Amino acid sequence: MLWTCLHLPDLSLQLALRAGDVAQALVTTQGGQRPQVLSCNAEALRCGIRPGMLVSAALALTPRLIERTRDPRAEAQALHSLAQWAGQFTPDLALQSDRALLLEVENCLRLFGGLRTLTTRLQNELEALGYRATIAHAPTPTAAWLFAQAGIATTLRDRHELKRALSPLPLGLLHQPRDVVEKLEQMGIRTIGECLKLPRDGLSRRFGQALLNEMDRALGRIPDPRPSFVAPTTYEGRLPLPSPILEVEAMLFATKRLVMEMTGFLTRREAGVTLLKLDLWHEDEPPTHVDLRLTLPSRDPATLLQLLRERLTHITLKARVEVIGLRADEIAPLAGRNLTLFPDEQDEAEERQRLIEHLRARLGVEKVHSVATFPDHRPEFAYRSCEPGKSPVEACALKRPLWLLQQPRPLPWDEAGPRLDGPLTLTAGPERIESGWWDGRDIRRDYFTARTTRGQTLWVFRERGPAQGWYVHGLFG
Amino acid sequence: MLGLSKEILDHPAIWRGSQYAKVAFASIPTGHSVLDEQLPGGGWPRAALTEILAERQGIGEFALLMPALAQLSKSREWIALVNPPYIPYAPALANAGVELARVIVLHPGNDQESLWAAERCLRSKACSAVVFWAPTHIEHTSCRRLQWAAEAGQTWGVMCREAYWARHTSPAALRLLLEKTPDQLKIHLLKRRGGSGVREIFLDEAPVPFITPSQTRAVPTWQPPRLRHRAA
Repeated sequence: MLWTCLHLPDLSLQLALRAGDVAQALVTTQGGQRPQVLSCNAEALRCGIRPGMLVSAALALTPRLIERTRDPRAEAQALHSLAQWAGQFTPDLALQSDRALLLEVENCLRLFGGLRTLTTRLQNELEALGYRATIAHAPTPTAAWLFAQAGIATTLRDRHELKRALSPLPLGLLHQPRDVVEKLEQMGIRTIGECLKLPRDGLSRRFGQALLNEMDRALGRIPDPRPSFVAPTTYEGRLPLPSPILEVEAMLFATKRLVMEMTGFLTRREAGVTLLKLDLWHEDEPPTHVDLRLTLPSRDPATLLQLLRERLTHITLKARVEVIGLRADEIAPLAGRNLTLFPDEQDEAEERQRLIEHLRARLGVEKVHSVATFPDHRPEFAYRSCEPGKSPVEACALKRPLWLLQQPRPLPWDEAGPRLDGPLTLTAGPERIESGWWDGRDIRRDYFTARTTRGQTLWVFRERGPAQGWYVHGLFG
Repeated sequence: MLGLSKEILDHPAIWRGSQYAKVAFASIPTGHSVLDEQLPGGGWPRAALTEILAERQGIGEFALLMPALAQLSKSREWIALVNPPYIPYAPALANAGVELARVIVLHPGNDQESLWAAERCLRSKACSAVVFWAPTHIEHTSCRRLQWAAEAGQTWGVMCREAYWARHTSPAALRLLLEKTPDQLKIHLLKRRGGSGVREIFLDEAPVPFITPSQTRAVPTWQPPRLRHRAA
């Protein structure tokens, strides 16, 4: 067994800065009556602010201080989303405390090309997600967690080395009640190593079995089962922006973080997204929803971001955006493919789908379609719009114009016939069309092919009903 | 003959001023042999922009493209119609032999979007032909972008514009001005790659073999005199 722990030391600060860096000093606080600084960004450190300081003292150091109250629920949700992303690396993973993930990687080292490659990949991808984590590997989950908490990015694979490596770690890292640790410290026991040297029965009498058990679990002396994280079937991620914005680029930057996270989730499920929902929460207004429907499932971040960019640049926002949420509402399995030497039909089909999706994202879904014939004698009902590539065709052997006008346009006429830039010459016809009595839009017309004096060929008809008159209905183009 | 042997003169890479180059451009047969003979490569150029300048709509400018579009669609290649002025009428397209399932129609909302859509389709390898009805005024640089996009995507781009633009220069590889004579379509070859040849050609009416009603079933015969009043 080899466990990898991803520990996010100052999660509250990381969440505040994930969607974009802030140039001003920023601190996160616990909230409450006399708020204390939990963590602070580089600018705040430069001003002399340190974690543990009172916020009032920090404000005295720099008046232009941004203060964020820690939101444990948002942190839990973020960790949950991160666990969904991490599912792509191993099926065995667990949440540890409120800011760490444990991954069992022994069985998938081969797949990812060794521990070193896997670690680099984890680091790079976490960076793309906007997180900074300490990554430690150890044969037991508790040990990996202790190392990661201490900020030691170790790669310890030998179980017998554990005791020596854990010895210098401070006792405070253990998941024990505050007073137990304090009492031990008062006795001069500060590290795990010193604690392990104490007689076991005495230790358990004074401090209970829990302390001993935890250390035994870390050393691998007793089993350490972890409840496996069960990923939900859909992905949902939320990201608060550092300050309310209207700029599309800044929104896309934040969206990219979420899309990357979702990609990990989709990789785990070997699926692609077919319905993507982007929710933009505003300060006072109800949220704006942007839906992106894909015909072919995809999990390629570049493609998804390009489509989202088109959608975002073409909507008008009611107000500034505070929080961005991304949901993979519908996912579909993405079939694996064999690589081929030459481009094949499937490549072309995918390229075409990408084109259509890109066009639809920018122009609107109903602006991109195919045409199909429809079995109706009435010319205005003899065609339909349909999904690209899915045109049912009913043969029509009659002479029809290439262009049809949206509405028949009335023509001036006299006894000599219709006129348009001079008299029209009727060259073929009539073709009588009387149909549609069943739906109230019946027509009774005689269609002719007509030639204008300027050489255009038109498709005209004479109304046969009570409303007499000539109309032009198409052009032969 | 300057002592040059016939073999040299017949080499496809050599052409004289009075000829257009017989360089092997990738092309699509137009379906009109008279026109094919006059086009470099013997057809519509693939991977380039063709500009069709029609005197007015409805003189046969769209029908001129039909044989090539039909052939492309039959070989499972895709066609995009960008910003058409009217409804491309499905029964007529089907009659002309176009596989409707291979046609996508785009209706962009404004000039900028239609240029973008045309360029996106041209650049994509997914479409083999893009017919684009240009907005009234487009910049020279935009035309240039379209030409580049057609080259990059190996796409036959057709830009339909008004005849007014014939007097302006254009980066399109092939430019045709269409005019209607009483019974023929007159094509001025304004520009083509590889020099000059015949400048004007005439095409007969209705290049697409439409099937007329009389060929399919008996209809009451048409009696023209009653409608064609001569003295009015």
